[in-house]
Amino acid sequence: MSDAKPRTLFDKVWDSHVVERLPDGTCVLYIDRHLVHEVTSPQAFEGLRMAGRKVRRPDLTIAVADHNIPTTDRRLGIKEEDSRIQVETLEKNVKEFGVPYIPILDVRQGIVHIIGPELGISLPGTTIVCGDSHTSTHGALGALAFGIGTSEVEHVLATQTLLQRPAKNMLIRVDGTLGFGATAKDIVLAIIGKIGTAGGNGHVIEYAGEAIRALDMAGRMTVSNMSIEAGARAGMIAPDETTFAWIKGREFAPRGADWEKAVAYWRTLPSDPGAEYETTVVLNAADIAPMVTWGTNPGAVVPVTGVVPDPNTATDEAERAQMRRMLEYMALTPGTKMQDVKIDVVFIGSCTNGRIEDLRAAAAVAKGRKVAPGVRALVVPGSGLVKQQAEQEGIDRVLVEAGFEWREPCCSMCLGMNPDKLAPGQRCASTSNRNFEGRQGPGGRTHLLSPAMAAAAAVTGRLADVRELV
Amino acid sequence: MEAFTKLTGIAAPLPLANVDTDKIIPARFLKTIKRSGLGVHLFDTLRYDAQGKERPDFVLNQEPWRKAQILVAHENFGCGSSREHAPWALLDFGIRCVIAPDFADIFYNNCFKNGILPVRLPRAVCDQLIEDAKLGGNARLTVDLERQVVVRPSGEEIRFEIDPFRKHLLLNGLDDIGQTLQHAASIDRFEAKRRAEMDWMPGTTAA
Repeated sequence: MSDAKPRTLFDKVWDSHVVERLPDGTCVLYIDRHLVHEVTSPQAFEGLRMAGRKVRRPDLTIAVADHNIPTTDRRLGIKEEDSRIQVETLEKNVKEFGVPYIPILDVRQGIVHIIGPELGISLPGTTIVCGDSHTSTHGALGALAFGIGTSEVEHVLATQTLLQRPAKNMLIRVDGTLGFGATAKDIVLAIIGKIGTAGGNGHVIEYAGEAIRALDMAGRMTVSNMSIEAGARAGMIAPDETTFAWIKGREFAPRGADWEKAVAYWRTLPSDPGAEYETTVVLNAADIAPMVTWGTNPGAVVPVTGVVPDPNTATDEAERAQMRRMLEYMALTPGTKMQDVKIDVVFIGSCTNGRIEDLRAAAAVAKGRKVAPGVRALVVPGSGLVKQQAEQEGIDRVLVEAGFEWREPCCSMCLGMNPDKLAPGQRCASTSNRNFEGRQGPGGRTHLLSPAMAAAAAVTGRLADVRELV
Repeated sequence: MEAFTKLTGIAAPLPLANVDTDKIIPARFLKTIKRSGLGVHLFDTLRYDAQGKERPDFVLNQEPWRKAQILVAHENFGCGSSREHAPWALLDFGIRCVIAPDFADIFYNNCFKNGILPVRLPRAVCDQLIEDAKLGGNARLTVDLERQVVVRPSGEEIRFEIDPFRKHLLLNGLDDIGQTLQHAASIDRFEAKRRAEMDWMPGTTAA
């Protein structure tokens, strides 16, 4: 192995975690942090139990329940029996296997991808896995973070490693400065619109360029979070002063002399000049308008000033058929202005947009306005700490006065595993990450957009251009 | 895990791109603490109407594809969530092999952990196999992992590529964890070195 070859951020983090390289190129890769939740772990713990195995490093593991707990008063318990059994099973498993656990009534409880960074558990240069595809979120701190299946959850619990082959490097550079009203969510929707939902397959994406560097950590996490929607195994952003300042002082982050050593190491992580990427994509930030999806995958996206596209403009028959199917499901007609599309429900939250900055952006639009008649608008903070901070800032009062529902933190209507879901035929403006058929409830129709755009939809009752409201 | 060697069976045509994991198994069916029993919910929204009645036009509700063991689809199969419930649902239904032009990474990985063989073949070949599959019970496909070929009803053999290590595990039905634990001494050494070089690195109990 030649040390002289310039390496990417991904190469560096990968190389430093290879325990052993097998003859065919498969690597035993060391995992620094394993985040565990109630939906994808029960069968993994059961597998350990059957094989008489232990959790190798409980001290590198942390568990929290987030997917199917209610967003109403948790002291009343979980009414749905299957959801309750899943959470109780997690609580039994963490006790039996000695895994650290954040209980539901702890203020630090929240969506696993919000609390990892928030508590300082997710750090630059580490490998982070979780049985959830949006683990890509943590890559915003310069970690190599990716989602795994339950068999791999069991594998990490038992061995603290994974069998992996290296991914290809993709560079996505967003040059220039974002225009008025455009946000991190619009950047990532524009990227997926450009490269498609399989554009990143087999790759780890590194996001770079002036517009990425200018984002705060919340925005960077929004971008990296949706890497998986472009098919990428992970997204990464080189750590910089913004990253270090954000991590410093967080509960689990290094302190004192350890902090200095950590930062010195983290400074070595950014890609070397001349490092090679298999694929490079360049976007101009100034071209990115507030975006909104029209179809049933996140790549089916247009600027809010646009119209519902016409399948007849597609070049091949398979694509035309897919577009027709999406339009039928979404009950949309080609040529309709996106801003004329009326909505029934607004959901602000999720691991994509459930951070304090997102709630501030929504409140800034909602302030002094009212949720449109007939619209139900939910705000679900990403964690108990986000909720607490928002309440200290009075964001909850602004939103409640405008007619939004202020809820307890969890995944909620992003995937409708708890009681928060769309009824068949309902149309939702959502800050979440997936607009797949039935994702927010069977027959529900999802339009993905930014928190500010979601608030604009709530107060106008349609997909509105937030730039006309602020 | 059951080994995968050679399979001859009915193939179901599913000429759709971007079949996401919510389509394979919607989130509301993930509230289980078992791996089995998910087959009845496989492709739930495509398979059943709002009243829970079978949609007669969906391929897996028709004979002979109710007994399909192979699925042939279009691009980016299994995109979306990391839920292993997707391969569990396929397996519980009886599907042991999915053929498509390409797969989402996590789904592809998850298949191997469950004795399901995902086969990547060019779109034009998948379209030919979809035409074969439409012929039903008299037009079975054979998938031979050892020789890395799909055999069409005409006898034509189509070669596919697969990573040798994954092939080895699948052919022998080997458990990944058992494989990795053969490297336990290396993991111990790696941890000791890392502890020495990165003594600043906190754990998850260090608050």
